Amino acid sequence: MRHVYGWLLLTPAAILLIAFTHYPAAATLLDSLFTTGTVVRPSRFVGLANYAALADDPIFWQVLRNNAWFALGTIPTAIAIALVMALWVNTRLPARALVRMAYFTPTILPMIAVANIWLFFYTPQIGLIDQFRAMFGAASHNWLGDPSTVLGATMVMVVWKEAGFFMIFYLAALQSLPPELEEAGRIEGASRWTFFWRVTFPLLMPTTLFVLVNATINSFKLVDHLFILTKGGPDNASSLLLYYIYQVAFSFFETSYAATLTSVLLALLATLALLQFALLEKRVHYR
Amino acid sequence: MRWLTALLLAATFAASAPARAATELTFYYPIAVGGPLTKVIDGYAREFEKTNPDVKVNPIYAGNYDDARIKALAALKAGQSAPLSVLFSIDLYELLEQDAIIAWDDIATTAEDKAWLKSFYPALMSNGTYKGKVYGIPFQRSTIVLYWNKEAFKEAGLDPEKPPANWNEMTQMASKLTKRDASGNVSRWGVMVPSTGYPYWMFQAFARQNGQDLMNRDGNATNYAHPDVVAALQYWRDLGVKHKVMPEGTVEWGTLRQAFLEGKTAMMWHTTGNLTAVKDSAKFPFGVAMLPASKQRGSPTGGGNFYVFKKTTPAERKAALEFVKFMTQPERAADWSMATGYVAIRPDAYTTPKLKQYAAEFPPAVVARDQFEYSTPELSTFQTGRVRKLLDDAIQATLTGQKQPAEALKAAQDEADRLLKSYR
Repeated sequence: MRHVYGWLLLTPAAILLIAFTHYPAAATLLDSLFTTGTVVRPSRFVGLANYAALADDPIFWQVLRNNAWFALGTIPTAIAIALVMALWVNTRLPARALVRMAYFTPTILPMIAVANIWLFFYTPQIGLIDQFRAMFGAASHNWLGDPSTVLGATMVMVVWKEAGFFMIFYLAALQSLPPELEEAGRIEGASRWTFFWRVTFPLLMPTTLFVLVNATINSFKLVDHLFILTKGGPDNASSLLLYYIYQVAFSFFETSYAATLTSVLLALLATLALLQFALLEKRVHYR
Repeated sequence: MRWLTALLLAATFAASAPARAATELTFYYPIAVGGPLTKVIDGYAREFEKTNPDVKVNPIYAGNYDDARIKALAALKAGQSAPLSVLFSIDLYELLEQDAIIAWDDIATTAEDKAWLKSFYPALMSNGTYKGKVYGIPFQRSTIVLYWNKEAFKEAGLDPEKPPANWNEMTQMASKLTKRDASGNVSRWGVMVPSTGYPYWMFQAFARQNGQDLMNRDGNATNYAHPDVVAALQYWRDLGVKHKVMPEGTVEWGTLRQAFLEGKTAMMWHTTGNLTAVKDSAKFPFGVAMLPASKQRGSPTGGGNFYVFKKTTPAERKAALEFVKFMTQPERAADWSMATGYVAIRPDAYTTPKLKQYAAEFPPAVVARDQFEYSTPELSTFQTGRVRKLLDDAIQATLTGQKQPAEALKAAQDEADRLLKSYR
């Protein structure tokens, strides 16, 4: 009887999860083994042929490489900046609420709006960045039109957008640390640096893990800005995996190949999440 | 018991009466330019219902062209497509491959209707015609034109009323118009051609001017690697690298209008869809001209067509035909053109008093029409998304200096051949 009761409690959540998460994932995996059907040519089973095509697709490898750089560029930077900002606004500042709100503002703006603003920041000559550089006599630069700067330019924007969000988690964690620890540290004569590395940072580890998992997922999930800023160009230099999936599915209408790419993305994210939990779990103190 | 019967009877009548009287005509339409255009479309629909009380029109705004195509095809897969839609003119082959649409020739059978099918500019029909049958009726159609800043021309010692007529003139004028400060930084460029968003579209103009079309009329072969096409891409690249009158790298579609309005470029190539917006906010006198020629003039058409879907009842088809005929009447075409900057889709729209007067006050309004003589259909083939992106990537790789034009276009052509082989 207790079993039945337990299952009944689980059912609503389970139905939602199965209908909107697990079933679509399984269907995607299945779709990736078939060709895309049209009315004229019905879909047929092809085994792993779509995966072979994927291995031969230079754009797939390029967007994967871009995504790796994007993750490496945004995750540590956003986390470090978030932590520094949290430590800063956790001290006694004049107009502290205002500073906190200022740091949090980028987070509450929709990504599409942010991208539209940054599009004009990056515009050569008339953009904010070029006008600022012009004061020092620097030549204008085509930030989004140059393959060597376009990915970096989108990373800066995403860090700007994300750091404030992560700051909120760190700030909440910092405020839950008992003040006795700091007093004890001061009595023992620990420098602020030592105190931070030996006490604060280890105690923040659960938050760091949480933020890290979220930042990693976001670095694969956030592609809204590409629709506005670059459409993945020039020549795929700023395209990311999820944006490529969108193009394949809705611009090329190759739903099977899009399913193949999606399966790869799913596998990639699952592996990363497992690794993070397995490796970092050991170093995290939960109370 | 009697009251129940009466109630049931009444309910039956209430339910069946409107179904007998009215055909419901739902249609999706995209909007790709600025302005409160949903109101304009709703107004047309209400006006149509006044003269056709047996038809109820439901216009549904469906986002941009991509969104509209996705919505229409998703509805089709779910088995409940709208009878009528405005979709991108270049979606034709995709819709044919999905076996989603029927030809207007099959519905427009009377002599009067057949004459109506021939009343549009031929240039606007090529993107909607397949194997001699008309599948797309032009509605919101645009083309590329050259905008120039007359003040900048005067300042550079050029005749402000004379835009460049060919590539040589454009290069020479642009280099006079490019303004550099003492340290070599550019404060005004000579010309900008956008290369994000729709690079293939702009490139079609260059290629056509150099005498080449980029695809065949059956939509199953491309012509990316012809020497004259390569030369066209070389010229585009040279504007930045050799002549130094355009920024190197890609030029952003979305911010170009602003750059022109701020005087950062003296000339730009852009869609006529921007005409009203430029007119409203330019603080200097500007002109609009046909694009310059190399071997000939040339500019692709673009925009959206009316399609009628296959899964429709005869009544819906008839209603769709009547509605589209109504929407393309000369007066309405003239009105729509003035509201948007799109071209009026038929010659007799330009002889209506309204549009005549507008053109007299604002001559740029008819440049696009005059350019039709040299126009070419927008790039559209089977597998169109992929085939187009191959060209987009080749153009951007060339403009950013990662590849040579010949090499980039050859690779794109080979890949396009592979994709299109099975359609020949």
